[in-house]
Amino acid sequence: MQDRLFSVIKGLSADYIEVRLDESQSSRLVFRGERLEEAGRTAAAGGCVRALVKGGWGFASFNSIDRLDQSAAMAVEQATHVGKGRSEFSPAQAVIDKVEAPYKKNPLDVPLSAKKSLLDEYNRIMLDTPGIQTTSIGYADIKKKVIFASSDGSYIEQSRIDLNLRLSAIASRDGDVQQVGLSIGSKGDFSTVEGMQDRVRDIARRAIALLSAPEVKGGNYTVVLDPVLAGVFVHEAFGHLSEADHIYENPQMRDIMVLGRSFGGRHLNIVDGAAMPGLRGSYRYDDEGTPAGKTYLIKEGVLNSRLHSRETAAKMGEEPTGNARAINFTYPPIVRMTNTYIEPGSTTFNEMISGISEGVYARDWYGGTTSLEMFTFSAGEAYMIRDGKIAEMIRPVVLSGNVFTTLHNIDAIGDDLDMNQGGGCGKAGQSPLPVSNGSPHIRIQNCLVGGK
Amino acid sequence: MEEILEIARRCAESAEVFRVTSIRTPVHFEANRLKQIQTKESVATALRLVKNGKIGFAQSSGNIPPADLVNMALETSQFGYQVNFAFPSLGSFEKVDVFDPQVENIGIDSMISLGQGVIDAVCANTAGILCEGSISRGTATFEIAGSGGGHASCKRTNFSISIDGMLVRDGDILYVGDIRSSCRPILDPSPLTEEIIRQLELAKRNAPIKSGAMPVIFTPFGVAGSLLAPLISAFNGKTVLDGASPLKDKKDMVMFDSALSLADDPTIPYQPGSTPFDDEGVPARRNALIDRGSVVQFYYDLHTAALAGLSSTGNGSRSGGMPSPSVHALVIGGGKVSRADMIKDMKAGIIIEQLMGAEQGNILNGDFSGNVLLGYKVDNGEITGRVKDTMVSGNVYQLLKESLVMGSDSRWIAGYVNTPSIRCPSIAVSAK
Repeated sequence: MQDRLFSVIKGLSADYIEVRLDESQSSRLVFRGERLEEAGRTAAAGGCVRALVKGGWGFASFNSIDRLDQSAAMAVEQATHVGKGRSEFSPAQAVIDKVEAPYKKNPLDVPLSAKKSLLDEYNRIMLDTPGIQTTSIGYADIKKKVIFASSDGSYIEQSRIDLNLRLSAIASRDGDVQQVGLSIGSKGDFSTVEGMQDRVRDIARRAIALLSAPEVKGGNYTVVLDPVLAGVFVHEAFGHLSEADHIYENPQMRDIMVLGRSFGGRHLNIVDGAAMPGLRGSYRYDDEGTPAGKTYLIKEGVLNSRLHSRETAAKMGEEPTGNARAINFTYPPIVRMTNTYIEPGSTTFNEMISGISEGVYARDWYGGTTSLEMFTFSAGEAYMIRDGKIAEMIRPVVLSGNVFTTLHNIDAIGDDLDMNQGGGCGKAGQSPLPVSNGSPHIRIQNCLVGGK
Repeated sequence: MEEILEIARRCAESAEVFRVTSIRTPVHFEANRLKQIQTKESVATALRLVKNGKIGFAQSSGNIPPADLVNMALETSQFGYQVNFAFPSLGSFEKVDVFDPQVENIGIDSMISLGQGVIDAVCANTAGILCEGSISRGTATFEIAGSGGGHASCKRTNFSISIDGMLVRDGDILYVGDIRSSCRPILDPSPLTEEIIRQLELAKRNAPIKSGAMPVIFTPFGVAGSLLAPLISAFNGKTVLDGASPLKDKKDMVMFDSALSLADDPTIPYQPGSTPFDDEGVPARRNALIDRGSVVQFYYDLHTAALAGLSSTGNGSRSGGMPSPSVHALVIGGGKVSRADMIKDMKAGIIIEQLMGAEQGNILNGDFSGNVLLGYKVDNGEITGRVKDTMVSGNVYQLLKESLVMGSDSRWIAGYVNTPSIRCPSIAVSAK
């Protein structure tokens, strides 16, 4: 395959050309209440060619390798049509490498019947909890092999195994419907979704408790976030803003995001990187052949670096960070996060809540989104904090803020970093991309909470 | 497809193959300039078969050998549900116009000049704005074949223009944008340009807003982005069957203001959501969901309908897996009141164009809450500027029960929702 791809690339004239070939097998189980709604398997194969000519890009994707030559020619022709200027693209060392999928307990070795019995058990726990109306469970695993070849002379084969389990318990009374969910993911370790009986029992109990929980009054509160929700917060509130493709061609954004700008207190350190092994956002090379790294986005409160592809890095005069990722062969790589987290500080949880007379303790995640400047994220579980103590459970809250003020309002960072592997990230139609994010507990002053 | 069915016939009681073959050519703009041209070809094939009365399912994209696909489906059939319906016979369907050969004749250069024209006009209106977007043309062929010999196919074209503008001033980011989509070429993009410029004019300055309850107008974008997700969930036959829909026992009951009517209509010519048959080969039809405030019916696919003792409403849809109920194209009945008249007797109120995070609340219960990404303040009958750092929260069942005013400004949003502006008496606003 290596020779075949290099010969296609060499036969064409462009400033840069890359070919990616994908092959994947996945399985999926879906339950709704008592019913197993879907047991399905998918096999997919295809590829794409991307070409850069005089600053313009062409991209062609195909399902059949027979179309490789035509697609490659088309990508170059399209790029030539677009290109009117000069290509700026960071150079790279040629890499020849083969990365096998690392796994602890390979989900592909677990028979479908064993997966089903495990989910049956979790489902039974929820359905047998008095007051639970119904449940929803979705499990999926995928093994994927990506072959990458580029005009740099690189040829990389990488395999990965990703799995994801989502469970929801739904309680209903007098037309009121409340739900609590749990989402767990792993890079190739089926045992992460095993042994969750207690957590599953807990979400069912909480769904029922929510029926009698009051709603928070909307307004500004001192908010404490658990590691899971704080991870979603750092992903939404700052991670996306750090993606250089939002910045590199926008002079005003470049002014706003100038390196050295203060974003928070000296205790604030935010990191992204695919190089740390074993997490859902981990890999050895990104989809432009750049080796994975570890990037301090914020160091001691100050904007230190950002996430790059080879194009954004070249245009900003910075180094590529290994963050160009494509969800599959039907899309070109774009700048994405990998494993994003706030580094731990030294405040204990008790110290964090002890001074709060009225606040909100928000745990677990339901969703999150950003407009770069403003962001919202929603908790899966929430409590009032009264007189320094966790008080009554409230209905899940949606929190919102402005990135340029909210990071400054983080006044305490805990000592208990934890990485959440249950999320997926969406950007420019490419969703859900496996990422992880995390944080210790953090406290934010003056955070806007939606409510009546 | 016939090859797959031939193998399946030998080892299963019945089988059905669904295939989508598509080619799409999007032209992308970034930072006001042409950036990338793409061509995406794809073939996706899905097989459902019945073995020992149980369903098996497998799908593929690319060149997967037919025997492999059948074997994968056979493997899953050991765990499949007991099949309680028959695959449709795939007879004849009423014609719905969704194909226009002109789409394939639109050249790349015409698409480029269409996009550049909109961007140039927006930039001429507002200095410093950066636009991105795409112009896309595509053709997709949907085919279904059954082991009983039936075959149905439908060829659909699509043309869409989507342009977003981002304006950064004093550390403050403003987003505007519009999207238009059709099965026919969109050769005159001026309504899209005018909409973006209208948003820019209204958001020229920021207006202060205080927390509290106030009347609200959802523009068509606001309705589509804030209010529809809970209703789509509540009318889904599966949610109803599971007892998780607040409307489960409210059929034929008045649950909304009499001004509100909602239908799913896949029969409107040349709309991207239109189709003669659904993804299971059941004839697609217009289904009223809400008629003048009263709940008419829910929507179903074959399996869910059979479990509920009903017939499919032609809403079987495939999005990555087995068919499940989904809407084709929602239409909310329009009114007679112009947007200007909606505002004129409003003392203090809010207009919501884009709500960020609206779908992150408890959709099942009808709750929504979000940050007003684009919205305007109304004072004494006039729009006084853009609101910022503001959240609104509500529940669609409470909101849409109150006395509603439906606008005369109905339009399609991305080809899948047609709605007017809707004014509601009161919404909770939380401001910084």
